[in-house]
Amino acid sequence: MASVTLEKLNKVFGHTHIIKDVDLTVADGEFVVFVGPSGCGKSTLLRLIAGLESITDGDLKIADGVVNDLPPRERGVGMVFQSYALYPHMTVYENMAFGLKLAKMANETVDDRVMATARILQLEELLHRKPKELSGGQRQRVAMGRAMAREPRILLFDEPLSNLDASLRVQMRNEIARLHHRLGSTMIYVTHDQVEAMTLADKIVVLRAGRIEQVGSPQTLYQQPATRFVAGFIGSPTMNFMPAQLLSSDGEGCKVKAPGLGELALPQDASGESRGADLTLGVRPEHLRLAEAQGDNAFEIVNVEYLGNEVYVYLEPKAGDTLLIHRSEAPSRWDIGQRVALVPELEHVHLFDVEDRALGLAKQRQAA
Amino acid sequence: MNQYQLIKLAKRVGLYALIAVVMVYAIFPFYYAVITSLKPSSELFRVDFWLSSLDFGNYVQIFTQKSFVRAIFNSIIISLSVVLIALLLGITASYALGRVRFRGRTTVMLVILGVSMFPQVAVLSGLFEVIRALNLYNNPGGLILSYTIFTLPFTVWVLTTFMRQLPMELEEAAIMDGATPWVTITKVFLPLMWPAMATTGLLAFIAAWNEFLFALTFTLTDDQRTVPVAIALISGGSQHELPWGPIMAASVTVTVPLVILVMIFQRRIVSGLTAGAVKG
Ligand SMILES: Nc1ncnc2c1ncn2[C@@H]1O[C@H](COP(=O)(O)OP(=O)(O)O)[C@@H](O)[C@H]1O
Ligand SMILES: [Mg+2]
Repeated sequence: MASVTLEKLNKVFGHTHIIKDVDLTVADGEFVVFVGPSGCGKSTLLRLIAGLESITDGDLKIADGVVNDLPPRERGVGMVFQSYALYPHMTVYENMAFGLKLAKMANETVDDRVMATARILQLEELLHRKPKELSGGQRQRVAMGRAMAREPRILLFDEPLSNLDASLRVQMRNEIARLHHRLGSTMIYVTHDQVEAMTLADKIVVLRAGRIEQVGSPQTLYQQPATRFVAGFIGSPTMNFMPAQLLSSDGEGCKVKAPGLGELALPQDASGESRGADLTLGVRPEHLRLAEAQGDNAFEIVNVEYLGNEVYVYLEPKAGDTLLIHRSEAPSRWDIGQRVALVPELEHVHLFDVEDRALGLAKQRQAA
Repeated sequence: MNQYQLIKLAKRVGLYALIAVVMVYAIFPFYYAVITSLKPSSELFRVDFWLSSLDFGNYVQIFTQKSFVRAIFNSIIISLSVVLIALLLGITASYALGRVRFRGRTTVMLVILGVSMFPQVAVLSGLFEVIRALNLYNNPGGLILSYTIFTLPFTVWVLTTFMRQLPMELEEAAIMDGATPWVTITKVFLPLMWPAMATTGLLAFIAAWNEFLFALTFTLTDDQRTVPVAIALISGGSQHELPWGPIMAASVTVTVPLVILVMIFQRRIVSGLTAGAVKG
């Protein structure tokens, strides 16, 4: 177990700058998830930590020692690959023992370690099978076992569940969470699935085009996204965005005008913005209430999705072509074709400036 | 029987007829050689399609010739050495060419392919000088060297193609487990490359076993000859008589090991060892 520190880490492939000035601290025993859209550099960042790619610039420290130039085996990291990459000609036992034997451990130690790992992952029955005789979930567990058997200081996972079907993915997600709870080891986990990120992480790192967009706990990211990108990425269904214009601002907050919503008094501090500035209003589907239409501030319902426990109502937007979404518990009294007024819960509304940065709350600023 | 069933039957009959034609074409010469080798010399020129006699005189005759036994021994040593050297060099080269990224990799591959296009006669005199210079004339080493030169391009090419198909993550998993490139090759890749190695090794063996031109040119004395040359030099009772019986017996003798080898390795070649390597 150890902490990991990234200082101004950079990676350049040929002429493409993939990882840009990444600063990050992963505490001892923490479960950190890298999340972001496909191609944003999550795997590359993980492979830099593993030692499978060379670091172009910056420092990587594991437990306070700079490890930039150490080969993977000396960094004390274990990795679980997306395709599992089990050795097909070896049994489960041999797969897990391979690294231990290479480390020239005594036979009894190898046996002890493999058996202990197999017990944790419930692989004891499967030790003499070959990978091709295992189901997807079992292969997944063997891949984890192989990474764990050497008792690495840090465990790395690169989209380990993306080859499993939906129900198995939920089950394995739970197993990984319990495993972390039990072992208490430092884990870094890459996924493009924000649900996995939210459910597993102590700390989520949102990456975008090779840069860190925001780092924080799942709650922080959900409740106080720092940018419009994070706000849109975390949460399902995604946050509704609507254009708004700044009318005035004072120490208590600000007033904005949004098409279809009228004038809204918000708690955000917009003193840095000029009057009439173009802002973006962000409202999560569960914070957007519907009411009987009054006057001409009405939206048309274009679709209603019934999911059993809850209902998604889709509305025609006033600007752009992304449908607005309202979410509420089932049953819903709304129907396709109805025209309704939108009532955002003002204390839960987010406001983003022209550069898509979130505006802070006026109260917080005063307190600080 | 309706029309559909009839067509199906016709197709099946056609298929088996075709298979029969191919089989006869491929196997008949060998079959005829076997029959001929078992005839006494007096009946040699009577055309028989079935085994008419069981006379092992021809076999006794060739195996009592010391030079022929010696030739078989030479052929075995040379062919096995060629296979071993070609596979060792081929595997290591294919790792470099298939797995390590370096400048000019494609060029190297193309050069390798280009080398294999030269016909044997084109390099014969040059190679002769090389072998003389290396003091390998009339020595198994000379043949091993020249066969390896002609076998390697194919071996490297096939093994490289195969190596490239092995998942990248498999090698990275080995690296994470602390394996050096050599350990990765021998403990992870080699077991997975059996099918390719069996194929290329077998073809290298057959090529070395059957080779005639170099074997004739680079050897001088009877005790250094290989089987094809030895067979060609089997002489009859007189200058005007070709000893067909012993020649057929010798041909059958040296072909049988190849047939057996192919049968042994065919399972290896077919078996999909990589199944289960990736994905669920
Ligand atoms: N070895 C490489 N050579 C060149 N470009 C690479 C290499 N590995 C990854 N990339 C590029 O880096 C970017 C980020 O890749 P990756 O880290 O795999 O993204 P993801 O977030 O989907 O895991 C991609 O645009 C990819 O094309
Ligand atoms: Mg990836």
